[in-house]
Amino acid sequence: MKDASTSLVPNRGFGEPRDTRRLRLALLGVLVLTVLAEALVHLHPHFEVDSVFGFHAGFGFAACAALIVGARALALLLGRADSYYGRRDD
Amino acid sequence: MTEAVVHPALVLIVGGLLLPLLRGAVRSTAIVVLPLVTLALVWQVPDGPAWQTQFLDHPIAPLQGDKLSRLFATIFALMAAGGGLFAIGQPSRVEVPAAFVYAGSAIGVAFAGDLITVFVFWELMAVASTLVLWSHGQEASYRAARRYLAIHLLGGVLLFAGIAGHVGQTGSVAFTGMAPDSIAQALILAGFLVNAAAPPLSAWLPDAYPEASWSGTVFLSAFTTKTAVYVLIRGFPATDLLIWVGLLMAFYGIVYGLLADDLRRILAYTIVNQGGLMIAGIGIGSEMAINGAAAQAFCGIVYVALLLMAAGSVLRATGRRRCSELGGLHRTMPLTAGCAVVGALAVSSFPFTSGFVSKSMVSQAAADAHLLPVWLLLMAASAGAVLHAGLRFPWLVFFSRDSGLRPPEPPASMRWAMVSFAIVCIVLGVWPGPLYALLPYPVAYEPYTAAHVLTQLQLLLFAALAFFVMLPVLKRAPTTLLDVDWLWRRLLPATLRLSEAALARVRKALEDRVAASAAALGAALRRGVGPDGRLAQTWSTRTMALAVLVLLLCYLALYYT
Repeated sequence: MKDASTSLVPNRGFGEPRDTRRLRLALLGVLVLTVLAEALVHLHPHFEVDSVFGFHAGFGFAACAALIVGARALALLLGRADSYYGRRDD
Repeated sequence: MTEAVVHPALVLIVGGLLLPLLRGAVRSTAIVVLPLVTLALVWQVPDGPAWQTQFLDHPIAPLQGDKLSRLFATIFALMAAGGGLFAIGQPSRVEVPAAFVYAGSAIGVAFAGDLITVFVFWELMAVASTLVLWSHGQEASYRAARRYLAIHLLGGVLLFAGIAGHVGQTGSVAFTGMAPDSIAQALILAGFLVNAAAPPLSAWLPDAYPEASWSGTVFLSAFTTKTAVYVLIRGFPATDLLIWVGLLMAFYGIVYGLLADDLRRILAYTIVNQGGLMIAGIGIGSEMAINGAAAQAFCGIVYVALLLMAAGSVLRATGRRRCSELGGLHRTMPLTAGCAVVGALAVSSFPFTSGFVSKSMVSQAAADAHLLPVWLLLMAASAGAVLHAGLRFPWLVFFSRDSGLRPPEPPASMRWAMVSFAIVCIVLGVWPGPLYALLPYPVAYEPYTAAHVLTQLQLLLFAALAFFVMLPVLKRAPTTLLDVDWLWRRLLPATLRLSEAALARVRKALEDRVAASAAALGAALRRGVGPDGRLAQTWSTRTMALAVLVLLLCYLALYYT
C-alpha cells in the first residue's frame, strides 16, 4: 500500500499542463462574467466603499495578493530548516 | 427538578470507557451507535436545570439545557459518530475510547450550568485529548502530547484561579455572562482563550494536532476549540477585545497555513483561522453575530473534519505527510479528492455549501453594526481562507504535478464517513432552515440573495485568481516556521541547559573547595591524633609530671580567685 506507483492505472489525469491551461481560461471567463453581472444585479452596499463597481472582485484579489506577499516575507524572516526542532528541544 | 433525565455526556464517557472490552463487529457497531444514542439523549434535555445538587456548599447544575447547549452538544455527538465511523479501522485500542471520553466531556461542558462542572469536564477534556494524541504511539506524538498537556494544564490553572476568584467575589458559581473587568474574570477569559488557540499561545494547536494518528486528528479538530467558542459565547459575548483577538487568529491561520508543508498542519492552521472568525463574531456580540458564530462552529466542525478525513486517508494510504511529496492523487483516489473539494468549497464559503450560509452572518453583523474596518478585515480573512484551505490543500495533494503515487481509496468505513460529512456540508448549504432553527436567537437572515451570491462569487473567484497567479511565489518546501512555541521548545531548554552547565561548574568548584578543606583538616587531625600522631605517642614520665603540675597549678589558681 505504501508504494502503489507500480499499479496499472493509466498515468492520465487532471492537472497536466493542458488541463491547467483550460482551467485558467475557464476561470478567466467566469471571472469576467461575475464582474459584468454586477450591472444586472441590484447590490445592497452597506458602506460607501463597497458601492464601487467591482469592489468585491478587486478587494478579494488585492487582499489575497497582499496575504501571499506577507506570508512570503514572513517566511524569509521566520523560516528555518525542517529539522530545526530536534530531540534535544522541549 | 427532575432526576429522570439521563446525562448524555456521562453515557458517552462511560460507554467510551467500556469500549476497550468489546471486539469485532460488536465494537464497530458500538462505535457508531453510542454517539447516536447520546445524540438522542441530547434532545431529551429540557430547558433549564435538569440536575441540581450541592457541592462544597455551592448549588451546582451539572445538566442544564437551552438552545445554545443543545446546538453544540448535537454537533459534538454527530462528530463523535462521524469520527468514530472513520476510525473503525484504527488499530490503536486507546484512541476511540479516549476520543469518546473527550467528546463526552465536550458535551458535559455544553450542558454545564455552573463553573465547577465546566472546570471538571474542561480538565477531563484535556486528559482525554492528550490520550488521543498519545495513542498514536510514536516518539513525535509522545513529545507533542507532553507539550500539548503542559499548555492545557496551564490553561486549566488560569481557569481554576479565575473561577475561585469569581466565586469569592460574587458568591455564585452560576455560569452566566461576565465582563472581564476584574482579575478573576480576566483569568477565566484567559483560560478559555488558551483552549481557543488564541494568541499568544496559538502555537500549541498546529504543533500537536498533526502528530496524532490519521484518525486522531479528526477527533482533535472538533472539540477543544469549539468548546472554547461555546464557553466564550456563554460567558463573554460582546467583549470588544474578542473582535481583535479573533481577527488576529484569522490572519495568523492564513499566513502560517500558506507556508506550512505538512498537509494536516495546513488544516490545523485552518482550525485557528476559522475559530478566529467565530471569536470575532462573539466579540461583535449582536444576535446576528452570535447566531453566525454558533452556526459557523456547527458547520465548521463538519467541513474541517471532512478535510482532515481526506488528509487522514491520504496519510494512511501513502504514509506521506508533506505536500512537497504528494500531488496528482485524484487519479486513484477520486472519491477522497471529491470529498476534499466539497470540504474546501465549504471552508471557502462557496454558495450552496454550509460555509456560505453560516460564515456570512458574522460579516453581515459587522456591516449592520457599521464596523467598516472589522467588516473589511473579515472579508479579507474569509477570502484568505480560500487560499490555504480552499485551494492550496486540495490543489497540492490531489491535483498539481503528478507525484507518481497511485494509492488506493480508503476502506468503506472511511469512505462512508467522508461521504456523509460531505453530504452534510451540501445539505446545510442548500437547505439552511433546520440549522437556523437550532440557533440561539431567531434568525432574520436570507443568505441567498442575488447580491450576496454575486459578491461572494466575486470575492472567492478573484481570491482564486490571486492564488493561481502567485502560485510560483508559494513554492512548497519543507520548512519550520518560528512561532511563539519557540519560547518553550528552544529558548527555555537552551536557557535550562546553559544554567545547568553554569550550575554544574559552580557546584564542581564548591565541591573541590570543600573536598580540599576536608582533606587538609583530615591531614591535620591525622598529624595530631592519628596512629603516628603527636597525641598517640608514648609520653615520657617527665612530660607527664610537667602536665600534671600545670593542671594542679591551674586548679589552685582557679580555686583562689
